[in-house]
Amino acid sequence: MKVNANQEVEVKSDLVTGSDLLVQALEKANVEVVFGYPGGAVLPIYDALHRNNTAFKHVLSRHEQGSIHAAEGYARVSGKPGVVIATSGPGATNLITGITDAMMDSIPLVVFTGQVAEQVIGTDAFQEADVMGITTPITKYNYQVNDIADLPRVVNEAFHVATTGRPGPVLIDIPKSISEKVTINDYEDDFYLPGYQPTIYPNPIQISKVTNELSKAKKPVILAGAGVLFAEATEELKQFVNNWEIPVVTTLLGLGSYPGDDNLSLGMGGMHGTYAANRAIYESDFLINIGARFDDRLTGNLKYFAPHAKVAHIDIDPAEIGKNVETEIPVVADAKQALNVLLQQEVNRGDYTAWLDKVKKNQKDYPLWYNRGESPISPQWLIEQVHEKSGGEAVVTTDVGQHQMWAAQFYTFKNPNNWVTSGGLGTMGFGFPAAIGAQIAKPDKLVISVVGDGGFQMTLQELSILKSQNLPVKVVILNNDALGMVRQWQETFYEERYSHSLFSENPDFVKLAESYGIKGMRVSDEKNVPAALEEAFSHDGPVVIDCRIDRDTCVYPMIAPGKGMHEMIGVTK
Amino acid sequence: MKRIIIATVQDRGGVLNRITGMLNRRQFNIESISVGASDVKGISKMTFVVEIADKQKLEQLTKQLNKQIDVIKVLDVTEKAIVARELALIKVVATNQTRAEIMTLISAFRADVIDVSKDSLMIQVTGKPEKVDALISLLRPYGIKDLTKTGLTAFPRGYQPEQGFSSELNNISAHG
Repeated sequence: MKVNANQEVEVKSDLVTGSDLLVQALEKANVEVVFGYPGGAVLPIYDALHRNNTAFKHVLSRHEQGSIHAAEGYARVSGKPGVVIATSGPGATNLITGITDAMMDSIPLVVFTGQVAEQVIGTDAFQEADVMGITTPITKYNYQVNDIADLPRVVNEAFHVATTGRPGPVLIDIPKSISEKVTINDYEDDFYLPGYQPTIYPNPIQISKVTNELSKAKKPVILAGAGVLFAEATEELKQFVNNWEIPVVTTLLGLGSYPGDDNLSLGMGGMHGTYAANRAIYESDFLINIGARFDDRLTGNLKYFAPHAKVAHIDIDPAEIGKNVETEIPVVADAKQALNVLLQQEVNRGDYTAWLDKVKKNQKDYPLWYNRGESPISPQWLIEQVHEKSGGEAVVTTDVGQHQMWAAQFYTFKNPNNWVTSGGLGTMGFGFPAAIGAQIAKPDKLVISVVGDGGFQMTLQELSILKSQNLPVKVVILNNDALGMVRQWQETFYEERYSHSLFSENPDFVKLAESYGIKGMRVSDEKNVPAALEEAFSHDGPVVIDCRIDRDTCVYPMIAPGKGMHEMIGVTK
Repeated sequence: MKRIIIATVQDRGGVLNRITGMLNRRQFNIESISVGASDVKGISKMTFVVEIADKQKLEQLTKQLNKQIDVIKVLDVTEKAIVARELALIKVVATNQTRAEIMTLISAFRADVIDVSKDSLMIQVTGKPEKVDALISLLRPYGIKDLTKTGLTAFPRGYQPEQGFSSELNNISAHG
């Protein structure tokens, strides 16, 4: 019997697959871009991307870790959730570093992983991994879809959970048998989460305790963290600081939450923070933490952290309050809402005159310092040049290590959301793919990825994306042929035993870039730096600049591990 | 100090794993955990007995539990008037000489013999942990062949005295 193929298609046209439902749900969530990598268990999903004229685009990486860091960079700069697709087994496990990084730094992600078909889950099938088990401790929430009817709701719910309250990564594991299943298209996506009701508005009594304390305080200081950025509360913070005239210290991730060039800004606090910032926290009698989590790299030895201060802590995550530092005035709220209520209070300042004089004198007497060198290039000076040549307005992304600290210290961030770095997890290989995501979020902005030669080699395969997506990211490699921070710690704490921290072989980064069809440059001399940066930043396309920096330069000042904020070393030359 | 904490949770896949994993990762010491359905469909109750170093750790524990998406309510009932019960099944060696003796002994505990064989008795006892422990220690000389406990489950009493009522807690810590 002959079957009329056309007729059959017509009969089935009301039916969709699970993957089509997923595409529809992503469009409904206003997704602009998906970062992903195909594989066996997500073939039905990739087929749906191909068949449907999707409203979002897909960016193909060369390794799933590249996809997820790009999604993080996109999310950090745009304020929208980053979306990732990877296949089951190795595809999913390659995402683990990025998921953990996003969890630590509160970055909203919705991650889709393929899973083997339901019938074979638990049988150690080909490319099967217990992704739910593996990702439970590193996600804000995770789902495995076991009923196709749940799919629209689960996706809708995942975007809600990832982006509200304290943001974070949410993972959805989709068995192949669900994504390829044919079904009718009439499922609801309403959800009900009785156990998830983030507190947004502050208790006014707690807020009045803050202003009451401010009226009695003599040495107040504000610690501003990334919570201010997530809440889009930088204007409110500025106004609050100006009304009360309180000096501001920012955390590493909070850089840009308050203008770094303002005269009440003391810069970054913590292990490699400024003397003025750490001293202000140490001496203060009232510390107001807005959206920071008192990370150990900030506090140093807790015994000496703000030992004379009453502490107020504004945080959307109640579990962060009192976790590390005893807190007298807890305020559970979104930073913007808390600041709004604070701004409504009468300004009744204590006398801060002597305090402000002291803080400013510290700032003037103990600025960040460095030694200049002709060749190799002084890394701190290089960052200052990057700042100057980019007008201080670029998006800067980094990995972890010396280059990260120098960028944090010397690229003064005036505006929010221009700084993308791996703080909590301290992930090498983060910065470059994150720059790709940032550039996709802000196509017209100058995006500079400041990386070390070590970290860059962990994810440099994503140079392919720069070429394929025509993204004008500028990669500035601070190349000292070493794992600089490891080398620095070995010099300082391990009697110069440089165990496996010095690279004897590095690729020729210029040729490497060129082999990807990207402009490559090298500078080894200070005098060539300004022209090289100008050329690179004005180039209409991606550039990799190999900057030969001094290997022996250390990041200072520093609070050594186990030491207190008052025990900084390397404060002056 | 020992605390009894009741969490009301949404009964979703992996919820027990998520919660116990979190407690383990954050170095909370779980002494017992019991999970069961509540009267509402889709809602379960978990009762934890945890050993906690200080108040700050206790605050962290309740906050971290509350932070879980599936956790609807967390109640630290340690200082409330509560009813706390566990169940134990004990298989004890019993000969013709000792069988009657054991049965008399356990009747004082309102325990039941639920299985009899040629050389052993299986005993079921329900009650406060210290009562269960007391029976176990009395049975030990006869030879315990096997033993299993459900872990503690608890409810606040309907009537709560104004002042802290902590006899149940004291009993538990005394027998800890």
